[in-house]
Amino acid sequence: MAEQERIQKQRTERSGKTSEDVSVDATKGDQLKADLDDLLDEIDEVLEENAEEFVRNYVQKGGE
Amino acid sequence: MAIAKVTGIETEYGIAGGPDLDPITSSSIIVNAYAQQGRTRINWDFEGETPDMDVRGRVDLTSFAPIVETHLANTVLTNGARLYVDHAHPEYSSPECRTPREATLYDVAGEEVMRRALEIANASLDPAQAITLYKNNSDGKGNSYGTHENYLVRRDLEFAHLIRAMVPHFVSRQIIVGAGKVGAETEPALEHNPSFQLSQRSEFFEEIVGLETTLKRPIINTRDEPHSDAERFRRLHVIIGDANMSQVATLVKLGSTALLLAALEEYGPTDFPAMPRSPVHAVRAFALDLSLSVAVPCDDDRSRSAWDFQEELWCVAERYVARTGGDVVAPRDEVDFILGQWREMLDGVRDDRDAVADRVDWVAKWRVVRGYQERHGLLDRDAKLRAIDLQYHDLRPTHSLAARVGLRRLFDDDAVREAVHNPPLSTRAYFRGQCVARYPEQIVAANWDSVVFDLGEGPLQRVPMLDPLRGTHALTSELLETSASASELLAALDR
Repeated sequence: MAEQERIQKQRTERSGKTSEDVSVDATKGDQLKADLDDLLDEIDEVLEENAEEFVRNYVQKGGE
Repeated sequence: MAIAKVTGIETEYGIAGGPDLDPITSSSIIVNAYAQQGRTRINWDFEGETPDMDVRGRVDLTSFAPIVETHLANTVLTNGARLYVDHAHPEYSSPECRTPREATLYDVAGEEVMRRALEIANASLDPAQAITLYKNNSDGKGNSYGTHENYLVRRDLEFAHLIRAMVPHFVSRQIIVGAGKVGAETEPALEHNPSFQLSQRSEFFEEIVGLETTLKRPIINTRDEPHSDAERFRRLHVIIGDANMSQVATLVKLGSTALLLAALEEYGPTDFPAMPRSPVHAVRAFALDLSLSVAVPCDDDRSRSAWDFQEELWCVAERYVARTGGDVVAPRDEVDFILGQWREMLDGVRDDRDAVADRVDWVAKWRVVRGYQERHGLLDRDAKLRAIDLQYHDLRPTHSLAARVGLRRLFDDDAVREAVHNPPLSTRAYFRGQCVARYPEQIVAANWDSVVFDLGEGPLQRVPMLDPLRGTHALTSELLETSASASELLAALDR
């Protein structure tokens, strides 16, 4: 519920056209970029060691 | 008049590893591992204990070895869901839910069920044989498996109207709820040599309408298996859709579709945008178009992009809610939240993708794929990029990329844990789940529209549940609370 309220609050903020809102969005954009950079820094530790083999071996039978 | 949009999602999980690398064996191990734990829990509850879930999980890790059975495992969970082996995949079919938000919660609970099954199963396997699960829809080599949605609609709704109204949504909604895919794997898509597509599933669709699910997949599936009173209800079985890691995307996928179906039942198809002249071409072309600018000719001689379709469809849903309140789909605050998120995601994918990278799966995945590619100067075909695609959907917290991209959550851990064990309150899933939890020894079978009891003497007794909106907490909780045994319950039902 708290998350839902937060999202709705953000939406209200975004629809307003004040200079303050612009800076809120810019900060959010910077933060997203920083988060992505952090993920790209550490992603090799998370990715399967041998990507080639991992991808080649992932074979599924059709379902449904 | 529109009827309540009872909803659920069935998800087949991708599976790798296992003792002999056979997906059927591995899927059976997963389902049986969880079923073992389930029976243990039911017995504990029967004795009136309420042990802590996490502790219980650790106890179970050492208590049971996975059992491989020759027949395909198939079980009903205390939350009303079905967990089974479908072909060569473990599948979780959520219980019937009354609102899109509730159905999203029970889909997320399904991820947690699979994660626990994985932990239990792998605790007894050699680490080199460990099983892994993926909530995705293709292996990148031309094999696809499904994430199917179900919606309750009126039996007397003309099927031609259903096709006319819903095809535009099913071909275009991928721009906000597509899960994204690196590359292509079917001939028509490979011709375009795409580096990335919006959807896992779109390139696999070959027909507009049909009964198939594994070959010549249709945009509108005609399976007529209502699992309820066939005089009054139809179950619209939607096979065109991706498994979402984003909870908000699942909510908007279910919510937008339910609102449009309700609008169709209430006012007919007139207000809906015209069908694309070639829906199969449209769904594939839209998947390949990251610019969202490709437009296709429609039956009214206009051309529309996927975004144009969604804009018009959003307006249909918004008008419907303004006129009726939308309560057959969900309470007003939930409906408003769905409309608001749908709108933001639609505007975001066109104007400011970073702003919706926390909700739109394909955007979240694409940012990581492109960021990694640029940083390391990789070619489009590099296996690392395909590995990122697969691992976006990996269920293991240690390997999941979806868990690392900052997706918004709608539910906290407590809510998910609750939904793993307990059924939703406002559909017949409540009665099913409660019966499984309370009288496990007396139930020989349960399915969507009945529970079958064996009291040890006399014939088996079948309790039909032909109306998805009966068997709710409001209607049956007192009966269940006061029936100490299955025979008391059945005697009370007979009165």
